[in-house]
Amino acid sequence: MWDYTAKVKDHFLNPRNAGEIARPDLDATVGNITCGDALRIMAKLDAAGRIAEAKFQTFGCASAIASSDALIEIIKGKTLQEASRVTNDDIAAYLGGLPEEKMHCSVMGMEALQKAIAQYRHEPFELEEEGKIVCRCFGVTDKLIEKVIRDHHLRTVDEVTHYTKAGGGCHGCVPEIEAILAKVNGTAPAAAAAPAAPSGKLTNLRRIALVQQVLEAEVRPMLQQDGGDVELVDVDGRRVQVAFRGHCAWCPVSDVTLKGAVEAKLRELVDPQIVVEDVGEKLA
Amino acid sequence: MPKVIYLDNNATTAVAPEVREAMMPFLTDLYGNPSSIHTFGGQVAAHVEDAREALADLLGAHPSEIIFASCGTESDNTAILSALASYPERRHLITTRVEHPAVLNLCQSLAQGGAGKTGYRLTLLPVDAQGMLDLGALESALDDDTALVSVMWANNETGVLFPVEEIGELCRRRGVLFHTDAVQVVGKIPINLAEMPIDMLSLSGHKWHAPKGVGALWVRRGTRFSPLLRGGHQEHNRRGGTESVPLVVGLGKAASFVKRHLAEEQTRVRALRDRLEKGLLATCPDARLNGHPARRVPNTSNISFEYVEGESILLMLDQHGICASSGSACTTGSLEPSHVLRAMGVPYTAAHGSIRFSLSVYTTEEEVDTVLEVLPPIIRRLREISPFGRQAAAART
Repeated sequence: MWDYTAKVKDHFLNPRNAGEIARPDLDATVGNITCGDALRIMAKLDAAGRIAEAKFQTFGCASAIASSDALIEIIKGKTLQEASRVTNDDIAAYLGGLPEEKMHCSVMGMEALQKAIAQYRHEPFELEEEGKIVCRCFGVTDKLIEKVIRDHHLRTVDEVTHYTKAGGGCHGCVPEIEAILAKVNGTAPAAAAAPAAPSGKLTNLRRIALVQQVLEAEVRPMLQQDGGDVELVDVDGRRVQVAFRGHCAWCPVSDVTLKGAVEAKLRELVDPQIVVEDVGEKLA
Repeated sequence: MPKVIYLDNNATTAVAPEVREAMMPFLTDLYGNPSSIHTFGGQVAAHVEDAREALADLLGAHPSEIIFASCGTESDNTAILSALASYPERRHLITTRVEHPAVLNLCQSLAQGGAGKTGYRLTLLPVDAQGMLDLGALESALDDDTALVSVMWANNETGVLFPVEEIGELCRRRGVLFHTDAVQVVGKIPINLAEMPIDMLSLSGHKWHAPKGVGALWVRRGTRFSPLLRGGHQEHNRRGGTESVPLVVGLGKAASFVKRHLAEEQTRVRALRDRLEKGLLATCPDARLNGHPARRVPNTSNISFEYVEGESILLMLDQHGICASSGSACTTGSLEPSHVLRAMGVPYTAAHGSIRFSLSVYTTEEEVDTVLEVLPPIIRRLREISPFGRQAAAART
C-alpha cells in the first residue's frame, strides 16, 4: 500500500480541475495508455497573457491524478513565463510529498506543462523531440534523464527510474542510464559487460558481420516502430541467437515476429539456411 | 471507516474462529517442544500428528507424506531444489509463464547459473488468450534431460485451473517428476492425491483460514527427496527446525474447516462469484473477463475495465471499505502490468485496469450487491477524468 499524504488522497478523490476546455489556447498530452499513465493539459489565456482557465484529463494511478490536479492549481493565474519555471518539485511539495517510486507522476506534470508552452510558442519541445530515446519501454529521452539527474542530484539507476520510469521495463537501457549518470555527475562510467567474443573461422566472421549489419539496418528499426527491439546474442554457424527487448519481449506474437520477420530478413540478405532462436528468456 | 468488504481472499484470508481457538493452548500453557522426551513437551507431539492427519485427510494423502513448512514459497523452493538435487545429471526444467514468483523467480535464477556454474535449461510454457496451457508444447518440451515439471494447479490472478492430471500423465510416461503449486486450489476444490499422477504439491495455510507463516509440502512416498533446510531430525529429517506448533495445529484445524465447507464453496460461493461477475460485465461497458469462463476455481474473478487504471479503482473502492487486487503496474511499483495478463496477451489498455475479486465462505450476498452498486459509478467517474474516456465511448458507437 502506498503511503500517500492526505493532500494526495484529497486531490485524487476530489479533483478540482478535471475536465475539458473548448478551444483551449494551450493543449498538450504526454504519456500513453500502454505505459500506464497519460496526462493532457488544456488552458486559456486572458488578455494580459495570464492562465485564466486550466483543466486536465489523466489516465493513471492516484498520484498521477493528484499531481495533475496540483499542477493546475499551481499554474492558474500565472503568465506563461512564470508557469514555465514550475518544476516537478513544486508539484510534489504542493501535495506534501510523493512516495519516491511515484516521483515520475510529478515529472509527467512538468513535462506536459513544458510541452504545452513550447507548442504554444511554436518552439521545439526539447525533452521529447530533441533527445534520443534511451528507454524504449516508456519512450524516455536522454534529455529528460539528464535533466532529472541534474535537477535532483540523482546517483543511481533506481532513482532515475523513480523519476522517469526509464529502466523500469525490460532493463535493457540500464547500461545507457549508467553512462548518462556518469557523464552528468562527472564520475567514471561503470564497466560495461564485455560482449562475448565471437569465435570461428573467417567465413563465420563474415557471416556474423553481415547478420549484425542486417539486424541494425533492417530489423531493429522495424521492431522499434512498435516499441520493441532485438539484440544479437550469439552466432554459431548458421544458428543466430537473439533476445527480444521492449514490447517484443513479452509480446504474445513475438514467436511470429521472430519467424516471420527476423529469420526471413536474414535468410534473404545473409544466408538462406539461417535459423533464428530466441534466447531472451534464458537470459532474463 | 466503513465496514470492510473483503474480496481479496487469494491474497490472504481471515483466520477462522475455531482455528484461532484451537491454537490458543499452544500459545499459552502447552508451550513444550514436541521433540522433548519429557511428558510436558512430548504431549505436544500428538497434536502435531493430529494436524498432519487432518491435512492428509483433506488431500487424500498419507500423513507420512506431509512435511510442514513456513509458507508456500518455502514448499515450492524445497520441491524444485529437491528434484534438481535428486537428479543431478538432468539439466532441464519446465514451468509456465504464468507461475507465481515463488516458482518463476527461482527457476529464472537457476537458468542464469552463476558462481562458475552454467545455468539450467529452462522452458517456460505459454498460455492462450484464456490462460489455458498448451499440452502439446509440454509434450514436445519433455526430454530425457528434464529433471522436473513444475506447473501450478490454479492461477492466483485469474483462478484458471490447469489440467494437472493430464500434465502428470505426460510426465509419468517420460519418467519426469511433476510438482504442482496448489496454493490457490486447496480448500476450493476436492483433492484426492492418492489417485492423481502428482509427485509433489505445495500449499499455504493462510489462503484458507489458517494463520500466516505455515504451509506444507506433500511428497509422494517413494519420491527421491533432498531437504532444503538441513538441521535437526524434525519432520523425519526432511525439514530441520523446531515445528511451529501453534501454527501447525491451526493448519490442521483449518484443514477440517475447509473440508466441511467444500460443498458450499462449489455452490454458494460460486453462485456469488458468478453474480458479481455477470453484474459487473452487464453494467460496465468495455469490461472483459480475464481467464477461461468455466475452468476456474469457484471463488475468483478477474475483470478488466478498459481505459482506467487499477490503482485508482482500488483506492476508490477502498473508500467504501471494499478490498480487492489489481494486475496494474502502479499497484506493484514494478511499472509493468501483471506477467500473467501479459502472457495471455491481454492488451495493455485492459491489463492496467484489471481488478481481481476473490471470495470466501465468509462472503455474503449483501457484500456482493454493495460492490455491484458502488463500482460502476467509480468506473464512469474515472473514465470522465481519463483522456481516453471519449475514445472509449467513440469506440462503442
